[in-house]
Formats: sequence, structure tokens, C-alpha cells
Amino acid sequence: MPVLSYIVIPSFGAKNDLLEDLNSRRYCEAFPADNEDILVLVTDTPDKKTDKELHTQLNNLPTLESLSMTFGCNDEQPMGEGDENEGQ
Amino acid sequence: MKVNRRSFIKSAAASSAMATAASLFPGISFAGWKKLEEATGMISWQKAPCRFCGTGCGVLVGVSGDRAVAVKGDPNCSVNKGLCCVKGYHAVQALYGKDRLTKAKVRKNGKMVEVPVKEALDIIAAKMKETIDKHGKDSVAMYGSGQWTIPDGYVASKLFKGCLGTNNLEANARLCMASAVTGFLTSFGSDEPMGCYEDIEHADVMVTWGNNMAEMHPVLFSRMLASRKRRNDVTIIDFATRTTRTSQAADKSILFKPNADLAVANAICYEIIRNGWVNKSFVKKHTTFHKGKTNIGYGTEDHFKFKDKAESISFNDYKNFLKDYTPEKVEKISGVSARDIKYLASLYGDPTKKVTSFWCMGMNQHVRGTWINNLVYNIHLLTGKISTPGNSPFSLTGQPSACGTVREVGTLTHKLPYGVVMKKGARDKAEKIWDLPAGSIDPKPTYHTVEMFRALDRGDIRFMWIQVTNPMITMPNLNRYRDGALKDDRFIVVSDVYPTPTTDVADVILPAAMWVEQEGLYGNSERRTQHFDQILPPPGEAMSDTWQIIEVARRLGFKKQFPWSEEEHIGKIWEEYRRFHDSPKHNMAPYKVLKARSGVQWPFVDGKETRWRFNTKHDPACKKGTDFDFYGKKDGRAWIWARPYEPAAESPDQEYNFWLNTGRVIEHWHTGSMTRRVPALHQAMPEAYVEINPEDAMDLGVVNGEKVKIVSRRGSVTMIASINGRGVPPKGMVFVPFFDESYKINEVTLDAFCPISKQPDYKKCAVRLEKA
Repeated sequence: MPVLSYIVIPSFGAKNDLLEDLNSRRYCEAFPADNEDILVLVTDTPDKKTDKELHTQLNNLPTLESLSMTFGCNDEQPMGEGDENEGQ
Repeated sequence: MKVNRRSFIKSAAASSAMATAASLFPGISFAGWKKLEEATGMISWQKAPCRFCGTGCGVLVGVSGDRAVAVKGDPNCSVNKGLCCVKGYHAVQALYGKDRLTKAKVRKNGKMVEVPVKEALDIIAAKMKETIDKHGKDSVAMYGSGQWTIPDGYVASKLFKGCLGTNNLEANARLCMASAVTGFLTSFGSDEPMGCYEDIEHADVMVTWGNNMAEMHPVLFSRMLASRKRRNDVTIIDFATRTTRTSQAADKSILFKPNADLAVANAICYEIIRNGWVNKSFVKKHTTFHKGKTNIGYGTEDHFKFKDKAESISFNDYKNFLKDYTPEKVEKISGVSARDIKYLASLYGDPTKKVTSFWCMGMNQHVRGTWINNLVYNIHLLTGKISTPGNSPFSLTGQPSACGTVREVGTLTHKLPYGVVMKKGARDKAEKIWDLPAGSIDPKPTYHTVEMFRALDRGDIRFMWIQVTNPMITMPNLNRYRDGALKDDRFIVVSDVYPTPTTDVADVILPAAMWVEQEGLYGNSERRTQHFDQILPPPGEAMSDTWQIIEVARRLGFKKQFPWSEEEHIGKIWEEYRRFHDSPKHNMAPYKVLKARSGVQWPFVDGKETRWRFNTKHDPACKKGTDFDFYGKKDGRAWIWARPYEPAAESPDQEYNFWLNTGRVIEHWHTGSMTRRVPALHQAMPEAYVEINPEDAMDLGVVNGEKVKIVSRRGSVTMIASINGRGVPPKGMVFVPFFDESYKINEVTLDAFCPISKQPDYKKCAVRLEKA
């Protein structure tokens, strides 16, 4: 169950289109910087295979210039009792 | 609403991306983050200062139930305006390491066994009493920290100095800030910076003196880069002994040979005078000239004593003294070209430019730490570039409350919350506020930190209580002090949140509440006091350091001095402590004001903060009718000091032919006992290393990642080599970060210190390298 985050640089003038595209995709949550042409993307996929496929799709987007990973966590453990109790 | 583990990880992932973006694009903001955080179900945000350096960034801790689940920068805090560094964004994860100490432990028959915390507190009190009865009051000691909250330090001072009558109280800020204190006191007669962080936005030139701000004070460095980007006419100069990320971002990087900053500072003053850049009116009205003793030693022997003696000199005497420091002569000492020295002098000397100098450990952990502080003040005083927006000599702190707890509360052997133990007036005031009989406080200081651990080794001290610090990693010449702590008839109490090499030598371990698991106050580098509420319950039987001390004090019979209830004690302690600073020079904000705001700067007079001290326009303590009043000195004038260049205590020779320099990295806080338990930070920087110059590595036949043994006269450490990594030392120097307890680099360092401040020099000793 990989969770990754990225700094995303859009192609010139494509920040809003890319934001819309990313947020319409399954497993993706993106939000923009207010004062720079930068997006932050968090992906949350069920397994490594899906993550890899998603990564390939993202890299092929014409509105995306570059994708830099900043965080990665692959928690394969199923959610346990302790997790259910957290935050309640 | 519910926050599960997955939401927490996603929040951390987003925080990590924003922290990286902030380091690449200073001033960047993410309002859209709110949408994501709402989706993760975080339900309440409460303010606190970050606990991972002396900058004092305001953070908002996201809490769900009894658990902290996220952190974001506090937009209401003027320090960071919503930004955090990578340690700040991961701060709450440091609370939840798997091996968190939650129960007290006591050594029984050689083994540590869990006991109820009350039993541990009983044992501590009984052992203190027994030790004092047998060996006298000066056989017990407490060693605290710049990570102590202000109430922690205050009750420690009240118990040890007031109730027990021993001045055996020190804190690890002796290892990081003591030279800044003695620098301020000798130049201005009053501790702590005159300026504030707003100087960054006003300055045209910023010079970092041996200070890798890009890693050690990243949020302030981001403000510097943002100012340069916004204004386009700002110059940043990095003046250091090795190339770092700060050098890479600066407009110019100038490297100097270790300890030669003394000579360069004098050469800058020589050039300022030679070129007629002295602000004559300012110098005439607001300064006097002095010299002190020279060849003052290095403190490497037990019972070392030194007392400086100031003599008045004239401007012409000072000018003649500087003749030994022409740029050409200093080039030979320092390795800095005469041209670069003249360039630096021209920046300071240009009357149209506002200049701020920043420094931290490079100038403070220095065998002539007091002197180099004096010398940088000289530059600002000669040019009159001081105490006005953008013109600041600015000594930064490394810990969240080195200023608030150690310098202001006075948790050093010679200090009291107001004044020093040697002064009857200061003792009288403390005895009155603390409701103690006259004569309770001993007028003689005992041991500074290095000498305190030497006294433990010798047996002059038999009992030591250590809170919020890890001296079995941080003491220089560590082997001696660890052996001393392990001697049979020594009794060591350690209060901490995780097991460390210091808890390894303990006879009693007390589990401590950490950061926002208690109510408290910190004081940051710019005289800003920052209150935080208890936001979370501490785990198990963990208890705040303040309350641990109160419990022991009551067991020792001092209930009258420690009468407060657990619910109200922080507010009551603060209001009692404020009485020590009841004057326009140091008045502190009331408890209610501090609770409401994200930090308040002192002096706080008539409801107003003071941003620039000693400047009559800004500081209500100044005498009317003058522009500036350096009121720490009787005549209101700051002192310009003639201080010479002297070499380090130990320099490379034929046998030990490299300089060893030590320090920190951005990912880890000090000895790593907290940040190494944060997975993202640990994975980013899992292991310490030795930075080697590429030419030296080639000569040694070592490539990146190969093991190298670093050997000094005191010990050795073997670790991996880093060549052309994030830092690059010049040929003949190696650098090692000290965050990794697996590689105890302080077994190699030397316990030499500045004879005036007694602060050790962790930046200079001689080592040799062997391919391992």
C-alpha cells in the first residue's frame, strides 16, 4: 500500500490543467502552491503494481514537465486493531 | 471524525513535499493544503514553538483525540510566517518512537528494573540527602539543558541554588552559547541580541560567520534567500572553514583557516579605519576602548582558573594594535586573500549599506569564543551599524530555550534569575522572592560544565541529576567523563524520553514528558518568549521535568518553596519568575499575554514589545536625549576590545596532520535521540560519516562509502567517507556530524575551552586518518 509524495513542475502555462487532471485521477490528491508554478502530489495506491502503472501514466502527461519524489512509504501491513483505535 | 494510520502517513507525505518545496523556493505557500488536511479528518490545531532549534518557529500541532497527527507552520508567528523545516514538519512523530520511556527504572543488583515513579522519586531524594550529609552540599549537582522549559530551569535553580545552597547547577548551553553570553557582557554589559529577525528583511548585506544556516537555521536562511530574491540588491557572504549548502547559496564563499577568524576580524577593522569608514560621531558618543589579558591558556587541565582584567586604552592605542593585522599579514595567517579581506571591509564600511552578521557554534565553540564575539561587535561599533533595522551583530542559538531557560533564568553555576551569585544584591533579591533565610545562597560559583564532569570523575561530585540532555554523547574528550560517571560510588539520575548512552550510565531513569505533553515556555534567539499548553497526555508514568524537581524538592522538606498545585503551577511559577525581571530593561510579558500570542519579545513595557534594544526610538529603557544607550555599561557606552589572534589549543602536526571539525546536519537534532526515531528523517540521514576533501581522499586511497579510521590523542572512530557530499572541507580538514550514537566522535575531540566563557571548542583538534 504505497504512499508517495512528489513535487510536480507543470509544463509552461499548464498548472491549472494539470491540477485538474491529477485530482480527477484515482489514487491522486494534488494541491497547488499559491505563489509558484509548483504542485504537490500525494499518491495512495493499493499495491506496488498499481503504483508503478500510475507512475508511468503520470510521466506520459503532456502537461507535466517533471516529477520529483520527496517521500515514500510502503506499508504492506493490514490495518490492525491499534490503527482502528488511533485518533478516536 | 477519525484519523487512521493511513491518513497520518499521507499527511506526513504532503508535509515532506512542502518542506522540500520550501527549501527550493523560499517563501512558497500552500493554501490548498487545507483541503487535504480536512480530508484527513484532523480536528483541532493548537499553537506551540518547535522544539528542534533556537529559531523558535511557531507550529500548529494537529490533534485527534489524545494523539498528535500532524504539524504545520503557524502563520501568526512572525518568526516563520507559516513555514517549517523538515524537522519541524516531522516534529510530532518524535513523540511516538517504539522504545519511548514510560516507566521509572532503578538499578538493583547491577540491573535496571522498573519501579513505580513515586518509588524512584523517593530514592532520588533519599540519595541526595545521604550524599549531602556524607560529603557536603557541593557533592550533589544538576545538569540541565537549553531544551529545558523556563519553569524546568527555574525550579532547578530554586532548589539547588536557593534551598540546597549549592551552585552546582549547569546546563548544556554552556557547550553552545556561553561565549555569546560573555561576548555580550564584555562588549555591552547586557546579554542577548539587540536586534530581531526583521533585520533580515532590512539588511543589504548578510555575512554568516562560521554558520551553516542553510542546514542549522533553515527557516531563517529561507527568509534571507527570499529577501534577496524579492529585492535583487541583497548580498549574502558565507565566511566559513568548509564549503556547505550555505556556501553554495551565498553570493560569495570565503574560506578561512581554523581560529584565524580572529585575525580577519581585526583586519576588517584595520581597513575600516585606514579607509576612513569609521562612524566618528557614533564611536565618540557611544563607545570606549579596552584591552584584556593575552596568552590566556586553553583550560585542558583540571582546576584551571582564569580571570580577565580590562584596561582602558585610547583610539590611537587601538589603531596601533591593529597594525599587526594588515590584510597582507592576515592573508598569511588565515588563508583569506588580502583582496577578499578588503572586500569584506568595504561591505561593512559602505555607509549606504545595512549589514547584519550571523553566527552560532562556529564562533561560540572556539577557544577564543569571547574574543571573536567581541571582534565582530567591534566591526559593527566602529561603523555604527548596530541596534537599527538591518544593522545587527546577531548571535543565533542552537536550542529552543538556551536563551529563555539558561541565559535568562540563569541555570549556570555563577548565575541567578537576576544577576550573579557573587553580588549580594542579586542574592538578597533571590532569597526574598524565594522566601529563604538571608545567606542561603552561596556567593561562590563552583563548577562550569567541563569542570563539573571532571569533578564527577575525581569524586568531588558524587550525585548528578541530568535532564533533557545526552552528555555521554556530547561531552568532549568523552572517554574520561563516561569512565567517571561509571565509577562505583557515583549516583546518576537521568530524566529522558528515550534510552540513550546517558541512560546507560544511570542508577535511576525517570520517564519524562516531551514537548507538548506538558505546559511550558521557551525563549528563542530574538528575545521572544513562547508559551505552549499541554496538548497531549504524556505516556505511562512520564512526568514533566518541572514536576519531577518539585516532587523531589518536597521530599527534601521544601514544600514552602514549592507550594503550587499541578493544575496551576506553570502560571504561578511564571509570575514568580517575572519578579526577577521587573524593570524596563528586561520586563517579561504576563502569563495571560503569552498564552494568547505566538511569542512575545522582551523587554515588554506598557504592552509593547522591543524589537531593537539600546536604540532610543525603540527601547523604552534608554535614557532620553540620546540616540543610543548601551545601558548595560555604567556610562552607557559599548566597549571596543583589542583582542589578538591566538592559535587553537591543538593544531595539526606531523603525527596528527588533519583538523577535525564537528557539527550537525539538517535532518537530525543534536545527538539524534529523538529525530533518529522519526522514520523519514532517519531514512534521509541514516548514518554519520566523515567528510574528506577529494584530494586527501585520493592520497589516502579512499573512495566514497569506504571506511576511514579517525584517530586523535584521546580516541578513535571508524566510519564511512563522504567525498564531495553536501559539505566539502578544505584539504587538511575533516568534518564529522555528531548525531549518530553509533559513532561517538566526541571520544576523539579535545576538552579545551575559552578561558572566559568556559565553552569547549568542538571545531578544532588534531587527528590522523587511516584507511580501515
